[in-house]
Amino acid sequence: MLSKRQYSFVKNRNTFFAISILICIVGLAVMLFAGMNFGVDFKAGTNIDLVVGKQMDKAKVDEIMNGLKTNGDLKSRFAEPTIGGTNSDRVSIRFDDVLTDDVINKIQNAFATTYSATVSKEVNTVDPQLAKELLMKAVYAVGIASVLICVYVSIRFEWRFAIAAIIAILHDAWIVIAIFAIFRLEVNLPFLAAVLTTIGYSINDKIVIFDRIRENLRFSKLKTDEDLVALVNDSIWQTMARNVNTVLVVLLAAGCLFIFGSESIKLFALAKLVGLTSGAYSSIFIACSLWYLLKRKSLSSKKKAAA
Amino acid sequence: MLDWKRISFFFLTVIVVLGCIGATSPKLVERIKLGLDLKGGFEILYTAEPLTAGQPLTKETLTQAADSLAKRADSLGVAEPEVSTEGTDRIRVRLAGVQNEEEVRSLMSKPAVLTFRGPDGTVYLNGTDFVENAAKLSYDPNTKQPIVEIKLKDRQKFKDVTTKLTGSTLSIYLDDQLQSSAAVNYPIDSDSAIISQTNVNEATKTVKLINLGAMPLKLTEKYIQRVDATLGTASLHQTARAGLIASILIFLFMVIYYRVPGLVAAFTLITYIWVLLAVFDFMNATLTLPGIAALVLGAGMAVDANIITYERIREEIRAGKSVLSALKAGSKHSFRTIMDANVTNLIAGIVLYYVGNGAIRGFAVITMMSIIISILTNVILSRWLLHLIIRGNLLKKPSYFGVKEADIRAL
Repeated sequence: MLSKRQYSFVKNRNTFFAISILICIVGLAVMLFAGMNFGVDFKAGTNIDLVVGKQMDKAKVDEIMNGLKTNGDLKSRFAEPTIGGTNSDRVSIRFDDVLTDDVINKIQNAFATTYSATVSKEVNTVDPQLAKELLMKAVYAVGIASVLICVYVSIRFEWRFAIAAIIAILHDAWIVIAIFAIFRLEVNLPFLAAVLTTIGYSINDKIVIFDRIRENLRFSKLKTDEDLVALVNDSIWQTMARNVNTVLVVLLAAGCLFIFGSESIKLFALAKLVGLTSGAYSSIFIACSLWYLLKRKSLSSKKKAAA
Repeated sequence: MLDWKRISFFFLTVIVVLGCIGATSPKLVERIKLGLDLKGGFEILYTAEPLTAGQPLTKETLTQAADSLAKRADSLGVAEPEVSTEGTDRIRVRLAGVQNEEEVRSLMSKPAVLTFRGPDGTVYLNGTDFVENAAKLSYDPNTKQPIVEIKLKDRQKFKDVTTKLTGSTLSIYLDDQLQSSAAVNYPIDSDSAIISQTNVNEATKTVKLINLGAMPLKLTEKYIQRVDATLGTASLHQTARAGLIASILIFLFMVIYYRVPGLVAAFTLITYIWVLLAVFDFMNATLTLPGIAALVLGAGMAVDANIITYERIREEIRAGKSVLSALKAGSKHSFRTIMDANVTNLIAGIVLYYVGNGAIRGFAVITMMSIIISILTNVILSRWLLHLIIRGNLLKKPSYFGVKEADIRAL
C-alpha cells in the first residue's frame, strides 16, 4: 500500500493543528492590542501618494511635513509616511482627517519645490460614515459567501465535508488577516478582494481533495480507524501533484504581480500570496484531518450499532 | 496509422484561432476602455440630499441629478463620463483621462443650485422650475449693467409666488450665495426673471453654471479618488508587464511539466485571455487595476482546470490504460471536480458583486467572466483539441504526457 511509505498527514494532525492555532492566536492578540492597520477605505480620512521621480529619504520627507505643520497649512494628524516605489521615489501618507483640495495642493507643491521636480499624485478621500459602511459590507460579504459555499458543498457532498471545508477556509481568511495585523500592513479595499478570492481558491483546493476522498469511499470497505486514516492519506497523496502544481501556477501569477506590478496592487498581491499559501497548506494539513475527525465518530457509532 | 483528417482539423483550428488573435489583438487592446486608475482621472461618490429638508428624495430626482453631472462633464470636454446612481441616495462619477482636472473638479462638485428665496430664507422656486439652457447674458437697457436672464417653466407658479411675496423681497441664490435681491412690488405675470451682475466676466460664468443644468439635489462628496495621468500610465505598464511575465512563466512550466498537453494548455490560455478581452470590449466595460489583477488570477484558475484534467489523465495512464481511454476516463472524472470548484468560486464572485462597491465590483465581474470563459476554453476547447490529436494517433506515447514508462503498472 502506498500509505506505508508516505508521510501521514492525518496521524501527525495535532502538530499542524497546533501551528495553525498558534498563528491565529498571535494574530488575534495583536489585533486586540494593536488593532489592524486600516487604510482610508475603512478608517476615513485622506491618503496621498506622491511620486517625485527622484530618490527620497525619510529625514527630508519628515522635514517637509513638519514645515507644513508649523506654518499652519496642515492641521490633520497623519501616520508615519512610508517611502516605496522602484527607486524610493514614491511616498504614501495617510491623514486622519479629510483634506481639502487646497491643502492637498500645498502638500504637493511643498514636495515639488523641495525636490524641484514634477510630482504626480494619487489621492483617496473617504468620509467616516462611508468607511464604517465599507467595513460592515466586508464582514457581510465574508459571512454570506461562507454560508452559501457551505450550503453548496453540503448539497454536492455531505455536511461533514462542508464543516471541514468552512473551518479550513475561515482559517485561511483569518491567517491572511492575522499576518497583516502582525506585520502592520495596510488593510484597504483591494485587501478585502484578496481575502475573498483566497476563500475562492481555498475552496477549490479542498474540493479537489474531498472529491477524491468521496470517490475512494465508494470503492472502499471501511472497517477500522486505520482504514479511514489510510483512505484520507491516500487521497491527499493522489491529488498532491495537482495541488502543488496549481499552487505553483497561481503563486507564479500572484508573485509576478507582487514583484513587477504597480505600487497600488502590491499589497493585494501580497495578501494573495499569503492566502494562496495558507489555502494550499490547510487543504493538505488541516481540512482532511478535520473531516477524518468528524467521520471517525460515525464509524465508531456504526460499529457500536453493529455490535 | 495517422488519421490525417483529425490531425489537419487540429492544426487548422489552432492556426485559425491564432490567426484571429494575431489579427485582432492590436486593435482590441487599443479599444479596451481604461479606468481612471490606469490613465488618470478621478472618481467621486456623492450622497444626495433634497434641497430643502423634509422633501422626499425620489429615484427620479436622483437620476436627474446624475444626468446633470454627466452633462457638466460633457460640457467640459471629458470623454465618456461614467455617472451612475447607487442605492437610494448615491451618485458615483468616474472621469478618466481628464486633462484640466482642477477646473472639472470644481465645477463637478459645485451643485449650482438656483433658488428663489423669501426674506426668511424659505425656498419658493428651485432648479427644476427653470427652463434648461435658457439662461443668457444680456444688458440692462437703462443702466447698461450686465444681467443674466433666466426663464421659468411655469408662468402661473411664478405669479403665485410673487403674489404671495408682494410687499416683501425675493432673493436669488446660486448655491448658498446671494446673487441679487429685489423688492416685489406687485405680482409678476411673466415667465422670465433677471439677475443683475457686477461685470461681464461674472455674468458669463453665472450663465454657464446655470445652463449646465440646475442640480435638483444637494450633493456632498463622500469618497474621492484622484490619480494623475502619469501615475496611471505607469501602473498600467507595470501591471501589464507583470501579467506578461506571469503568462510566460506559466507557459514554460506547463510545457516542461506536461509536454504536448502543456502546449495545448498554453494555447487555450492565450485563447482565454483573448476571449475575455473581446467580451470585455463587447460589453463596453472599463478595465481597472483590480480588473487586471482578477484577469491574471483568473488565468491561474483557468490553468488549474488543465492541471486537474492532466493529472487525472496521467494517473489513468500510470494505472495501465491506453492514452485514449485514459483521456476519456480522466476527462470524465476531472469534469465534476472542476465544475464543483468553479461553481463555489462563482458563488463567491456573485456575493462580491452584490455586496461590494466600485472597485470590488470590477474585480467580481472579471472573476465571474473568467470562470465562465475558462470553462469554455480551458475545459471544453482544450479537451476537444486533445481528443483530436489523440484519436488522430499523433499522441500515442505516454512520454508525451510526461509519464515515465517505468511508472506504468500493468492492468
